[in-house]
Amino acid sequence: MNNSPSVQEISLDEMLVNQFDAHFELVSANDIPSVTALRKLAMQQFLLTGFPTSSDEKWRHTEIEALTDESFNYFLEPYKSERDIEDMFRCEVHNFDTEIISMLNGWLLDKKSGFTTLPNGIVYGSLRYAWKHFPEIINQHYGKIADYQTNGFVSINTAMVQDGVFIYVPDGVEAEKTIQIIKMIDRRESLFVQSRNLIVLGKNSKLSLMHCDDSINHFMSLINTVTEVYVGENAHFELYKLQNLNDKSGLINSTFIRQEANSTIKTNTLTFNCGMIRNNISVDLRGENAHADVLGLYLMDKKQHIDNQVYISHNAPHCTSNEKFKGILDDEASAVFNGYIHVARNAQKTNAYQNNNNILLKPTATINTMPFLEIYADDVKCSHGATIGQLDQEAMFYLRSRGISSSNARLLLMYAFAADIINQISIEPLRKRIDDMVKKRLRGELSVCEKCVLHCGMPEKEYHFDIDLSKL
Amino acid sequence: MLLNIKNLHVAINGKEIIKGLNLGVNQGEVHAIMGPNGTGKSTLAAAITGREGYEITQGEIWFKGKNIIGMPAEVRANEGIFLSFQYPVEIPGVSMTNFMRTALNAKREYKGLPSIPAGEFLKMMEEKKNLVEIQSKLTNRSVNEGFSGGEKKKNEIFQMAMLQPSLAILDETDSGLDIDALKVVAKGVNELRSEDNAFIVITHYQRLLDFIVPDFVHVLFDGKIVKTGGKNLALELEEKGYEWIKDQYLANSEV
Ligand SMILES: Nc1ncnc2c1ncn2[C@@H]1O[C@H](COP(=O)(O)OP(=O)(O)OP(=O)(O)O)[C@@H](O)[C@H]1O
Ligand SMILES: [Mg+2]
Repeated sequence: MNNSPSVQEISLDEMLVNQFDAHFELVSANDIPSVTALRKLAMQQFLLTGFPTSSDEKWRHTEIEALTDESFNYFLEPYKSERDIEDMFRCEVHNFDTEIISMLNGWLLDKKSGFTTLPNGIVYGSLRYAWKHFPEIINQHYGKIADYQTNGFVSINTAMVQDGVFIYVPDGVEAEKTIQIIKMIDRRESLFVQSRNLIVLGKNSKLSLMHCDDSINHFMSLINTVTEVYVGENAHFELYKLQNLNDKSGLINSTFIRQEANSTIKTNTLTFNCGMIRNNISVDLRGENAHADVLGLYLMDKKQHIDNQVYISHNAPHCTSNEKFKGILDDEASAVFNGYIHVARNAQKTNAYQNNNNILLKPTATINTMPFLEIYADDVKCSHGATIGQLDQEAMFYLRSRGISSSNARLLLMYAFAADIINQISIEPLRKRIDDMVKKRLRGELSVCEKCVLHCGMPEKEYHFDIDLSKL
Repeated sequence: MLLNIKNLHVAINGKEIIKGLNLGVNQGEVHAIMGPNGTGKSTLAAAITGREGYEITQGEIWFKGKNIIGMPAEVRANEGIFLSFQYPVEIPGVSMTNFMRTALNAKREYKGLPSIPAGEFLKMMEEKKNLVEIQSKLTNRSVNEGFSGGEKKKNEIFQMAMLQPSLAILDETDSGLDIDALKVVAKGVNELRSEDNAFIVITHYQRLLDFIVPDFVHVLFDGKIVKTGGKNLALELEEKGYEWIKDQYLANSEV
């Protein structure tokens, strides 16, 4: 079969289109007709728009060309890794027992092909098998939550994606363990990697999911992930996204969540390292009394760039949303935060809150933060706020006047700033581990880990400041 | 001499505030500094504790035999200088417990001692909290966040008791305190008071000096100490105000 990497000279979009034309059979090998039809539509769209550029209004402050102009390899079939895969994906957070789904270079590692069915009925596995195995669920939700017309990245993902994670939580089932998706890139070539996740929560169900993006080498990659989540009536969903990639990597992460009545979601996007990241998070509150917490923390330095775009659509009455993103930017790092709140005409009694706080440690760091509110209902509470500041000098002196070194004082103040987001992680062992990672990152000691981001080098050793931050 | 300030000149943004101040403090002494608003009392405290933006244009500050000008604030603190702030800062997100533990361990590290064991630390917190009658829930909160004016001042004394400095400067710790809180502050000070350490008490009121009896009372005016006396000077000032001192000072400087 044809699995030749692309020719290096042509542009990424051109290469992808060529691959699509030349190997459509391979691309669509596991499809059902609806998925194939969607691919064709999405490719038509991509041919019209191509990848977005920084002259597009919604990409204005993100020079995405820096990535899309590079040449990448794109593989249409999985391949063997030289590494010990079992070892790479072992996650060693203490007291944090998860169901692990491992993805290497964009492909699910399937020891036994097919799916894992847990005793409580939860099914998870590779999307490339789910298309044929679960046509009903696919036809109901796949491509319905993530609009392929959103932008060129979603179009090309819909057109060409071949793998990703499928999770189905039946009605009334509450997942006992967190499901953890660990994604790694370990190729030496520059890779363009796409994956697609579909997560469906039935009525009255509950799931928490952790999504770790890691690179374990220092080579360039561009990852384009689309995640669709359907949260049924009175279901509860939590999503923790950990982003820790090398400085040459680009990550385009688009998450689309649809919520039915009385459901709740909480997403927490924790960005520790990456050359360039764009997170699109769209929440469609379409049933009454639904609630969404959309949180994020970004700690960037060097020339890293992060762009968080949050779209909350209030499409039903009595829904609440709470958006809070905090960032610390050092060196020449740059960040963008755009929070869109859309309140439809019938979405009375909406309560939407949005906040973005930033600390710039150096005058060379930059942030562009902007709310966009579109409100068509009249009985609505909507608030937004953004702050950009330095570390509080009064507080710095106060701490130092008690003998605390200026570097520790800075650390304490930065940590205090970030803690607000960390404390909202409801899984205790995970909260502790993230807490450790944040401290390491703030100290400049968090490298792109050798292994899973959660190993943190020495899993058995908890990380401390001079202070024990456990509640005394 | 524990602290010896010679011909100190301090400027803020190029404007001279302290204009040739001399002050000597020995171990075991309590010095009160009084004087009208805006004459440079807090500026002096800032200069001694090493706050940035306070430019020492002339003079020397000797502490335990070292000239501390140019020494970072945290090193001065670890050498044993403590300031009870006139306006304590609120620091959201930093808990009192972590703050104190970090401060205490910084000091121990400076002295070459290992970190304080958790049990010992907690015991000490408990003991000092009781001393200044701080409700225990305050220490679970962020530093000064949402504390009342009086609680903030008590918290300063609590920190002093924890850190056991050899020179404590209390900048209007009595302002805004009710009489019971005032006694608590005085108790904290008197408890710590020994032959080895000293206090500089900046205040506008004689009232505090009933509880913390000073060895010397200085009047700061126009960036200088213009009069020094015993504890009775405070009584006299309370009675007569500062006008007569100003007159004396101005008459002298005209000569
Ligand atoms: N950061 C600053 N920038 C400019 N001027 C300042 C600054 N801090 C203090 N000053 C000025 O220095 C002078 C002395 O102020 P300082 O706070 O030392 O007075 P004080 O004696 O402590 O007064 P009070 O009794 O009201 O506390 C005042 O005129 C004040 O306005
Ligand atoms: Mg003052």
